[in-house]
Amino acid sequence: MKPFAYLRARSADEAVQESAARPDAVFLAGGTNLVDLMKLGVEAPELLIDISRLPLDQVADTADGGLRIGATARNSDLAAHPAVRTRYPVLSQALLSGASGQLRNTATTGGNLLQRTRCPYFQDTSKPCNKREPGTGCPARDSAQRDLAVLGHSEHCVATHPSDMAVALSALDATVRLHGPDGERTVSATTFHRLPGDTPDRDTEIRPGELITEVVLPPSPDGAASVYRKARDRASFAFALASVAAVLSVRAGRIEHAALAFGGLAHRPWRAHAAEDVLRGAPATDETFERAVDAELTAARPLRDNAFKVGLARNLAVDALAELAADS
Amino acid sequence: MDPSRGRDDGAQQPAATGDRSTLTLQINGTERTLTLDHRTTVLDALREHLGLTGAKKGCDHGQCGACTVIVDGRRANSCLLLAVAHDGAAITTVEGLADGDRLHPLQEAFLDRDALQCGYCTPGQLCSAVGMLGEAADGFPSHATPRRAPVSAPAPLGADEIRERMSGNLCRCGAYPRIVEAIEDVAP
Amino acid sequence: MSQAPPPLGTPVVRREGRDKVTGTARYAAEHTPPGCLYGRPVPATIARGRVDAIRAEEALALPGVHAVLTHENAPRLKEPDDPILAVLQNDRVPHRGWPVALVVADTPEGARAGAESLRITYESAGHDVLLTEDHPGLYTPETVNGDYPAVRERGDTDRAFVTAPVQIDATYTVGALHNHPMEPHATTAQWDENGHLTVHDSSQGSTKVRDSLVTAFGIRPQQITAVSEHVGGGFGSKGTPRPQTVLAAMAARHTGRPVKIALPRRQMAAVVGHRAPTVQHVRLGADLDGILTAIDHEIITHTSTIKEFVEQAAVPTRIMYGSATSRTTHRVVALDVPSPSWMRAPGEAPGMYALESAMDELASALGMDPVELRIRNDPANEPDSGRAFSSRGLAACLEKGAARFGWYDRDPRPAIREEGPLLLGTGVAAATYPVYIAPSSASAHAAPDGSYRIRVNATDIGTGARTVLAQIAAEALGAPVENVRTDIGSSELPDAPLAGGSAGTASWGWSVHKACTLLRRQLDERAGPVPADGLTVTADTQQETAEESPYARHAFGAHFAEVAVHSRTGEVRLRRMLGVFAAGRILNPRTARSQFIGGMTMGIGMALTEASTMDPVFGDFTESDLASYHVPACADVPEIEAHWIDEEDPHLNPMGSKGIGEIGIVGAAAAVGNAVRHATGIRLRSLPLTPDTLLPYLL
Repeated sequence: MKPFAYLRARSADEAVQESAARPDAVFLAGGTNLVDLMKLGVEAPELLIDISRLPLDQVADTADGGLRIGATARNSDLAAHPAVRTRYPVLSQALLSGASGQLRNTATTGGNLLQRTRCPYFQDTSKPCNKREPGTGCPARDSAQRDLAVLGHSEHCVATHPSDMAVALSALDATVRLHGPDGERTVSATTFHRLPGDTPDRDTEIRPGELITEVVLPPSPDGAASVYRKARDRASFAFALASVAAVLSVRAGRIEHAALAFGGLAHRPWRAHAAEDVLRGAPATDETFERAVDAELTAARPLRDNAFKVGLARNLAVDALAELAADS
Repeated sequence: MDPSRGRDDGAQQPAATGDRSTLTLQINGTERTLTLDHRTTVLDALREHLGLTGAKKGCDHGQCGACTVIVDGRRANSCLLLAVAHDGAAITTVEGLADGDRLHPLQEAFLDRDALQCGYCTPGQLCSAVGMLGEAADGFPSHATPRRAPVSAPAPLGADEIRERMSGNLCRCGAYPRIVEAIEDVAP
Repeated sequence: MSQAPPPLGTPVVRREGRDKVTGTARYAAEHTPPGCLYGRPVPATIARGRVDAIRAEEALALPGVHAVLTHENAPRLKEPDDPILAVLQNDRVPHRGWPVALVVADTPEGARAGAESLRITYESAGHDVLLTEDHPGLYTPETVNGDYPAVRERGDTDRAFVTAPVQIDATYTVGALHNHPMEPHATTAQWDENGHLTVHDSSQGSTKVRDSLVTAFGIRPQQITAVSEHVGGGFGSKGTPRPQTVLAAMAARHTGRPVKIALPRRQMAAVVGHRAPTVQHVRLGADLDGILTAIDHEIITHTSTIKEFVEQAAVPTRIMYGSATSRTTHRVVALDVPSPSWMRAPGEAPGMYALESAMDELASALGMDPVELRIRNDPANEPDSGRAFSSRGLAACLEKGAARFGWYDRDPRPAIREEGPLLLGTGVAAATYPVYIAPSSASAHAAPDGSYRIRVNATDIGTGARTVLAQIAAEALGAPVENVRTDIGSSELPDAPLAGGSAGTASWGWSVHKACTLLRRQLDERAGPVPADGLTVTADTQQETAEESPYARHAFGAHFAEVAVHSRTGEVRLRRMLGVFAAGRILNPRTARSQFIGGMTMGIGMALTEASTMDPVFGDFTESDLASYHVPACADVPEIEAHWIDEEDPHLNPMGSKGIGEIGIVGAAAAVGNAVRHATGIRLRSLPLTPDTLLPYLL
């Protein structure tokens, strides 16, 4: 880790202005992934702009019955927030299925979204990696692949996004509010993270100098229930082999609203639009759920060692939907 | 919210240049002022600058929990906290748990239950347990909390809850069953 | 007046416990002498070849960087007693991760930055890192770890097998595993003006550390003090010095300042040893009553190109079950991989996974209860040597465990117990571990005030050595344990062997017992009070331990496990586990129980979560940190019970004890795997049992 300067931002504007002036600057919030990556040599900023003390940690209702979540709200606070637990249980569950109590106390909403892949080649600066050093190649394709992507990967990158929270946000149709040198803008949580294509070095749609200020959840659809399901090697404190966030409302046996997103399968939380198309308006039966999930996962292109993820994701999703249907 | 105002307007602002800053940490109730390399973590500040080696370095990447301390009332992995970013923070380490010669009830319980072997994870387990009991009392849920548990009520701590909440602290000696027993002894 | 309980066999609280729970116990990297510098090793980034050039100008120009040691400027060593210690002596790179430089700086941050700034070029040669069953480089070594012969054969095993009415023929694989003690390997080294070297080393035995440094630096034992006061676990990986010990001493000599090195966790997988992977072909032949007629256990494993270490996985098969014929063989291939070494119960842990899984398969094939099958094959004498057992509690452990676990209610049919999406099952496996003993010395001192002081260079790696040695001393002295102080953990104390092979307590304890017995005799024979400067007796057990026992001496045990397998995700979670052990006299039930449970917990990791994968492209272990190498977390470990049977064995040592540090892991993985088979009907023959391995059979 090379030496760096440190600035404690007094306002979001100041943070953004300083960042715009210094392309070698990085925002510091909880730091749970940033400091980790700096120790690995993957990140080497010359200036840290500390935004952790900005008043961006509030969680509050929106006028239309949604919820705005400050970018520096701690993961543990967010998971415990009564509004999240009662109206968006999938988000609370996703947060609580990730990391550890200590890490959740430190990690923030924005930082969680911006965390980077745990692909072992990305983390090891002695090895090539197109994400870390564009053009150097992707050794993961020929080596350790069990944990890598089955959907949306490219010849340049087969990494997965590690967040649980982001999967829930995608299924909740959340939006990410960005404050940048050119003002503010909003990006859907589902498209905030990118597919790797031929520019895997870019994880997200965030532009240089932009700061995440908040995440906004729309009102929970009437009668919708939600759940997060995750499979992992350890019973706790492990990244997902596969996970699913599901939101479902059923009326008179028919599905009114359905949202489904997968984690652990792709370079971004994988919003299952094809599955949702099948679900919407269909009878809430196991047969529908299986058909819907299969419609989504036909796009899967497993690597040599990770075909199990397709079946795993299918079971997780079908079971999550069935559970929600049974509850509604 | 008003993004124009920070919480610590009175605090001295470290400049955006230079690679060292002077900062104050309140450690186990005592103010300690240090001038540190920005790269120095809270863990290294404790261990290498303040002689407080109770917090352990097991992985230095937030993956084992041996470095767990309590920062402003919440448990955290001190290996991932840059000291400069925690200027003004109140930190409790394992050295600060006992009241003089009187051990913290969790320390007593760990001894009674032989909830340790090599002892290297123990300070982190203890600080984590202290923090965890506070979180549960404050109604923080965990992955093991029943989905329909009342919101904001203190979370009852059965063995499964303790195991889940303590899973950020690895123990290679395999003291987990005894650690869980020790915490059950102290938990309300 | 009530009489105090005898010191031995009582659950005395561990002596250093208070220091550990208050954070005052100091480990090797927690000694910071004035002027101390920080060293950061730099690992090779090729798997085979040589260092072409190391350009250090940029690193040396960084503020606070004091030195960069490479093979070109590092102090020359004499030939070390372990080739892994011959660091920075030449340009050869025998495996990825081998240290090729050491950066020494004022601060840990400076040392890390310096290490990142080195410009190293290599001449890379092709590497060969994959163990395969038909590797052309496989050979049969003379001996395997523990100095056992690589091959043993009794009778015509092939013929007995092919003519057996019931046959099991299966291949089991256990991948590489890593010890990963919570305390990374660390050393603080300092030379004084008289050329005396003091090292605080994270080690399982500082007598051995001193001796290795004597060899490597060509100095006299009196010139070295090696201290291992508190050690954050080792599990074999700190049994002998690791490279950081030598690097710290070299750097301290080079800079003239104290130097501290704590290995970064990510570097450990390559330099502190691993359990070598094994491919194990097991053939069992039995008659219709389940009596074994043929046992064949073939091991294929790897070692590095710099030393031959052969995981002795077939050795426990030589003593476990009676059979008219038996063949146990080991073959090894030297690959461009990091050097394997000891990991908790080397040999027994992987070997008994295979044998005890095969026994379960045999029980299924016979339609016989697996507890009954094992009892039927419990031999009267050690099958390999023909010697009588000093004690053999296997059947008692199985029976007591079965009763306590509720085994006898079990329906043996697989895959019939459902609880929602979960499939439940139970499994059993046996355990064994040999009784080792090594010579040790100790002194016992009586002071006029009635207190005693025991000095012995034992090491407490978490076992409670201080405590149990005080109990042994108190028993021999007829004194209350509170009156006995034990000094351990320094090479300034009487020489003693390392904490390994489950032999620490027996070896150290015997010398303590002997010194105390002699001291007590002197005190008893003496008229008048203890002189003002006390009485001291020193004893060693060279003679006693050199005598070969006419008995076969082993500890035994039985594990019972219940698992829940999620039929939709393949996740396996342990419900409960119970172990019963026959390990001689249990000297401190409190600390002994912790060790048994600890071993079983590591066995849970071996069964379910732990794996180190060799990367064929780069030649290193893919899982280099604790996020990817899954040591079990608290949530993975349910209630575990450890029990034992009272075993009186007069053929061991004066305390009547067998080792307890390793047997807890032996067989544990097999019990879990057998439970998974009972739950699902699926017999996997490879560990760990992660969702990717099980799910394809459940879908």
